[in-house]
Amino acid sequence: MRIDRVLAGVLAATLPCLSPAQQDTQKEIERYRQMLQESNPAELYEARGEELWKTRRGPRNASLERCDLGLGPGVVKGAYVRLPRYFADTGRVQDLESRLATCMVTLQGFTPEEARRKPFSGTGAPMITTDPFSGVGQRSVMTDLVAWIASESRGMTIAPSVSHPKERLAYQAGERLFYYRAGPYDFGCVTCHGEEGKRIRLQNLPKMTNAKDAQRAFGTWPGYRVSEGELRSMQWRMWECVRQMRFPELEFASDASIALITYLAKQAEGGTFDAPAIKR
Amino acid sequence: MQPKMIPALALALCGIWVAGCATRPSDSETERAVAEMIKASFKTRGQATVARLNQDDAQALCSKHAGELPKDVSDGIEKAQQATIRYPSSGKLTGDWREGERIAQSGVGKQFTDAPTRPAGGSCYNCHQLSKQELSFGTIGPSLYQFGKQRGASEAIQKYTYGKIYNSQASTACSNMPRFGHNGVLTEEQITHLVALLLDHDSPVNK
Amino acid sequence: MADPMRIRANMTGDKVEVKVLMAHEMETGLRRDAGGNAIPAHFIRNVSVTYGGKTVLSAQWGTSVSRNPFLHFRFNGGKPGEKVMITWLDNKGEKRTDEAVIAGGG
Repeated sequence: MRIDRVLAGVLAATLPCLSPAQQDTQKEIERYRQMLQESNPAELYEARGEELWKTRRGPRNASLERCDLGLGPGVVKGAYVRLPRYFADTGRVQDLESRLATCMVTLQGFTPEEARRKPFSGTGAPMITTDPFSGVGQRSVMTDLVAWIASESRGMTIAPSVSHPKERLAYQAGERLFYYRAGPYDFGCVTCHGEEGKRIRLQNLPKMTNAKDAQRAFGTWPGYRVSEGELRSMQWRMWECVRQMRFPELEFASDASIALITYLAKQAEGGTFDAPAIKR
Repeated sequence: MQPKMIPALALALCGIWVAGCATRPSDSETERAVAEMIKASFKTRGQATVARLNQDDAQALCSKHAGELPKDVSDGIEKAQQATIRYPSSGKLTGDWREGERIAQSGVGKQFTDAPTRPAGGSCYNCHQLSKQELSFGTIGPSLYQFGKQRGASEAIQKYTYGKIYNSQASTACSNMPRFGHNGVLTEEQITHLVALLLDHDSPVNK
Repeated sequence: MADPMRIRANMTGDKVEVKVLMAHEMETGLRRDAGGNAIPAHFIRNVSVTYGGKTVLSAQWGTSVSRNPFLHFRFNGGKPGEKVMITWLDNKGEKRTDEAVIAGGG
């Protein structure tokens, strides 16, 4: 399985840098991951997402089948790995989730607020049940769609577009945001993701400015988080990081979130996309 | 078409576009975009106010010089941060190591999902090894196992340790470690318990 | 109507190997929401697998099985081309049955 090879690569890459005791810990972490690979509940989200793409919804009673994710209306295969990119119709650089919100508005007639409601499914950890986006046992249409659309790029090469002036601006802004230190903990993304071979507690941290690390990290989101029992997307990953950085709340599908994702996608360029993956 | 493998040097010097540096957004254009994004993309929630995104001097300098910090800048930061350190007026710098272990284990504090009235933890194990028994430790910071055993617990060492936790940038400009005292994350008393965890002869850190 | 199970069944040597992913909340009843109220228990109580009218696996589950459970097992006496049928029944009386054709050689 591809994931096994990627994990083996992780093991091989990190072992030389570790002491014997650390290698044992690393081995156990990897063994646990292997045990989870067998069957990924992300499949359940993908099946729902595929249906939702074709389902007529909203005031216009229309499906998303004419939604343009960058490769032309209705083209889903290979779309995820070419995002984020500039879209002429909105005049903005957009990632998958903001683009889906656009299509829900323009094709299905939802309001922007309705399109952005409940981007994240389920309850998450009990501590964030106050999150307006989640609710007990509630599904997220957005998450289901993301799961399926991502699966339609599985195995392909990560190749975001950073040639249009606005794409370059998003990239540079994302880079600045990556290094932006603020808040009561003086954190920036760089604090945890700026050095190789580090981990927080027992969670390995990719150095996001290192191509191999970035490829593996970006190539495995969206991912099913076993500990949460939910599938999590890149927008969720940004939102959750920012919360833990002790920053104020990062708005879903906001310009800053898209800029960060643009920066990270470019760092991962050339990697093999292997999502939806399964995670701790 | 953009090449797939980009030499790190080219990345550092010129951004990554084959088309040439001339078409890169200017620094001021980027700065403007970032400022707009910070305003428009974040919202206050719970105790996490948008004011938190206003950088103080150290944060601004550390962001600007990320990757290569000139000596004069780092010296300046360390001097300024040193001046912020406040030691307990009682003169008692060492507390209870058992309480210190609890504080070190706790990763709560200052998030918008944390109750503002709940005391913050030090999140120490997130980044450091401390006691031998705790296997779930991070490696962002150096191991602190046997910290006291290696240094003793003289008044000077207590002061140094207290100061490190209060404001890590007094000794290491742009350190990854939060300035727990200066930023009001941990109380004076909490820091004394962490000092005890690190220095006390009976603490599991020194066993 | 609950989401369909994802079932893979194929021959491994002379046994049938089955891997099934079930979509279910598996809520224990012990978690609390933001208001402090217990989230009601909702979990699979029974799983039964039949082949050719015979029960080949019967399971009684409880709250220790996690969300979206994955079940992996082997049984004797099955042949490729035949169907294996899986049913779950939960504490609220909801049930779901799905079937899969056994693929050859695995």
